[in-house]
Amino acid sequence: MATTAVEHADVTAAHSSEPTGLWSWVTTVDHKRIGIMYGVTAFFFFLLGGVEALLMRWQLGAPDQTFLSPEAYNQLFTMHGTTMIFLGVMPLSAMFFNFMIPLQIGARDVAFPRLNAFSYWVFLIGGLVLNASFLLNAAPNAGWFGYANLTSKEFSPGLNIDFWVIGLQILGIASLAAAVNFFVTIMNLRCKGMRMMRMPMFVWMSFITQMLLMLAFPVITVALIFLMVDRYFGTSFYVPAGGGDPILWQHLFWIFGHPEVYILILPAFGIVSEILPVFSRKPLFGYAAMVFSGSFIAFLGFGVWSHHMFATGMGPIADTVFGLTTMLIAIPTGVKIFNWLGTIWRGSLRLTTAMYFALGFIAMFVIGGLSGVMHSVPPADLQQTDTYFVVAHFHYVLFGGTVLAFLGGAYYWFPKLFGRMLDERIGKVHFWLTFISMNLTFFPMHFLGLNGMPRRVYTYPEGLGFELWNRVETIGSLLLGVSFLVFIYNMLKAWRAKVPAPADPWEGATLEWSIPSPPQEFNFPETPTVYSRDPLWEHRRAHGPLPEPQRVSGAEIHLPNPSYWPLVTAIGIGVFFLGFLFGVTLPVILAGGALTAVGIYAWAFEPPH
Amino acid sequence: MRVRSARWQRLVGLAPLLGLVLLAVAGCAENYPQTTLDPKGDFAREVDTLFMSTVWWAVGVFVLVEGLLLYAIVRYRSRPGGPEPAQFHGNALLEVIWTIIPASVLVFIAVPTIRTIFRTSEPPPGEPLIIEVIGHQWWWEFRYPEFGVTTASEMYVPVGRPVDLRMRTADVLHSFWVPQLAAKRDVFFGRDNRLWFTAEEPGVYPGQCAEFCGIQHGRMAHKVIVAAPADFARWVDGMTGLTAPVPVAEADSLAREGEALFRTRACLGCHALQAVNPPQGLIGPNLANIGARLTIAAGSLENTDANLAQWLRNPQDYKQGSKMPNLGLSEPDIRALVAYLRTQRVAAIPPAFPAGR
Repeated sequence: MATTAVEHADVTAAHSSEPTGLWSWVTTVDHKRIGIMYGVTAFFFFLLGGVEALLMRWQLGAPDQTFLSPEAYNQLFTMHGTTMIFLGVMPLSAMFFNFMIPLQIGARDVAFPRLNAFSYWVFLIGGLVLNASFLLNAAPNAGWFGYANLTSKEFSPGLNIDFWVIGLQILGIASLAAAVNFFVTIMNLRCKGMRMMRMPMFVWMSFITQMLLMLAFPVITVALIFLMVDRYFGTSFYVPAGGGDPILWQHLFWIFGHPEVYILILPAFGIVSEILPVFSRKPLFGYAAMVFSGSFIAFLGFGVWSHHMFATGMGPIADTVFGLTTMLIAIPTGVKIFNWLGTIWRGSLRLTTAMYFALGFIAMFVIGGLSGVMHSVPPADLQQTDTYFVVAHFHYVLFGGTVLAFLGGAYYWFPKLFGRMLDERIGKVHFWLTFISMNLTFFPMHFLGLNGMPRRVYTYPEGLGFELWNRVETIGSLLLGVSFLVFIYNMLKAWRAKVPAPADPWEGATLEWSIPSPPQEFNFPETPTVYSRDPLWEHRRAHGPLPEPQRVSGAEIHLPNPSYWPLVTAIGIGVFFLGFLFGVTLPVILAGGALTAVGIYAWAFEPPH
Repeated sequence: MRVRSARWQRLVGLAPLLGLVLLAVAGCAENYPQTTLDPKGDFAREVDTLFMSTVWWAVGVFVLVEGLLLYAIVRYRSRPGGPEPAQFHGNALLEVIWTIIPASVLVFIAVPTIRTIFRTSEPPPGEPLIIEVIGHQWWWEFRYPEFGVTTASEMYVPVGRPVDLRMRTADVLHSFWVPQLAAKRDVFFGRDNRLWFTAEEPGVYPGQCAEFCGIQHGRMAHKVIVAAPADFARWVDGMTGLTAPVPVAEADSLAREGEALFRTRACLGCHALQAVNPPQGLIGPNLANIGARLTIAAGSLENTDANLAQWLRNPQDYKQGSKMPNLGLSEPDIRALVAYLRTQRVAAIPPAFPAGR
């Protein structure tokens, strides 16, 4: 921090006290900067996953095309799924967690700022390792759920699966570290008066997401360790010839994999639950029911995994049980949708771009939810599983749900993140382009699936009736690509226009709107006290709108010091796992382990200044 | 005016969606031979009936929710200078009601679901035709223990007699699926998974592997040929006679040349031409009756001379990664082999079927 403490310094002086330059970003432990780093990195990977999708759509635009080789196609669909889930959507959630959780609970940072930086660096390294596989033409090629025993050394002798296993293990560490961090942050750092049942709904949904992460990721970690030792040391966890069973992988994977889909959607629920009340000028309808339904969805999420496995033939009892538990999830989900409708009902709706996306989210998520109920019916699922019907379903929840909500969140919080406003008119063009093209891309997949097109096929023959809808989908996907160019243009335009955003452009209800945009390094000059769920509205009603907050020097505020040890530790972990990638290389593993140990030691004994 | 324009914007947005639904409803079955929506077997029919009932519930919920959403958007748009809306936080009665409504809809879906689960898992009635189904990378093998017959990629079944499939894999997981006759079932190593159905109508029903199984998952297809009982019996008669390759006429010198090539150019190492007691453990599909089959290359290429020649020229061209290597055959060799393979026919497909469908 600056050594000259000046009370009520002017804006430029306060700005100059914040460190700048590349090194300040490398060593930063500021949750807002880490949030931006997560956002930029994840958006880059998200676009990469989108390009992968466009290449696949081009291949499928007509029957029997040879634009992509079968091997290239298989690598692309595997990387598309893996990228979108682990490198796109999850870290975009992490961006929102990082930036918004401390601001919304009135905290100055997360509980463990250096662990936060560590999570980011490990995520970056994991993403780079996964994508480095393209350089060796050995990208993972067994699908994002990598079913055994196709992933065994016998049937996948190349490096492809090794990149996948190692990449996911590294990413798992990042997710777990971040989950612990946000869990503790929400538990311990809420400002005075913010009881659990006063937390903003985004914080609530994030809180539940962290619990899911902490409980689900150990399972995939164990499953991947089994796969690693099968591949590297010849054990037989999944190898039938050695007495193993590929079904074990399916159970372990989906015990992780189903909670994972709620990890992907719950933050989106939270974002929408922030946007709708603000632009309806009405509090969230049924706050308690929203909390309980979110928790109930998360809890049930651990009891439905076998609905991904009806086709394995588990027998009528298991089919019945898992079918019924899956159907049960529709109840809390329905409660959420009706409560969102209750929120806008008799409100005063301001149809901003953020609101467009939030309303679009409801419209599209309902479609994904309904097709979800359709395959909770086990006999019907036996026809639909592994077809484009399922692909349609999860794109309606993941794109129509999560991505639309994230775009809404982007328009809503962009002023807070960067202190600039996004253009509303371009935003609406962006919305309609996204909304129409996503339906062109994903809706026909329902028909293709029901008419017998399996997923993960690199081509299809003429004469099965798949031509028309595939052509429509390919056109839709190209438009969808254009819609993201519009979004990027809007962000660049906002960045160059340099029109400063006010602290509270939307008449928001929650604490982040009480401080300047972008917030100062310490967030709150004084930690706030809240007396209700909508503290800013409460204040507005009692005393009129808050005056535009002034930037202050904040020199007396203690903030954690920058540190490069999280990066060193993360590199150590990367090196450690690289020691497994090209066959077990003991010196590399030991070097990585040593570097990690040094990093953690130095981190632990880093002197406070 | 503003209200109207907003409504228009919404409707314009929904138009492609509605258009798609209408088009789909209009153009169902005939043009989609692999469809799940036009069942021709009892299992597929049970599933279709159950599925369609859930579709109607879904349509009802869809119309209700999207209708409320559109209504709220149009009706409650803010007007300049409008008063702050009433600040209500919830309504316990309403919330109980909309918890109970989806729950009761689910009961209407769950009861028939459970009934169908148990009905479709009962073993088939009468004396079913047992067929062993074995998944290979990337083709299906079919064995008829009742007749001692082995074949590949094209499964013959009679109309009206229950079929009991005993399925396993020789390598990685696959999933057997004939959408118009029955739903799919994954196959595993070391244990049989079962699937049964009774076909209702003669015809050629395409299907393909539904579980990703490696580089050529996309071209691991098969046909199920449902024949009238008399036609099926003729096919069985023909196949049970195939204890050895079909002998080639003395006069057909091209085919005789092909026969010699088949023996010497390593074809025999992977493929058998006899349906009865073929050598075990071959990695290529059984070719008994190949001359009269509808398709080659695991149900994905029409069985014409030109396609067969193209396949032999370089299997890696059409099916990259296939276990069949490029044998480097000369054009005369290919012509001879095609001529020979054409002689390997004992049981023609019933004439009523359009070949190559």
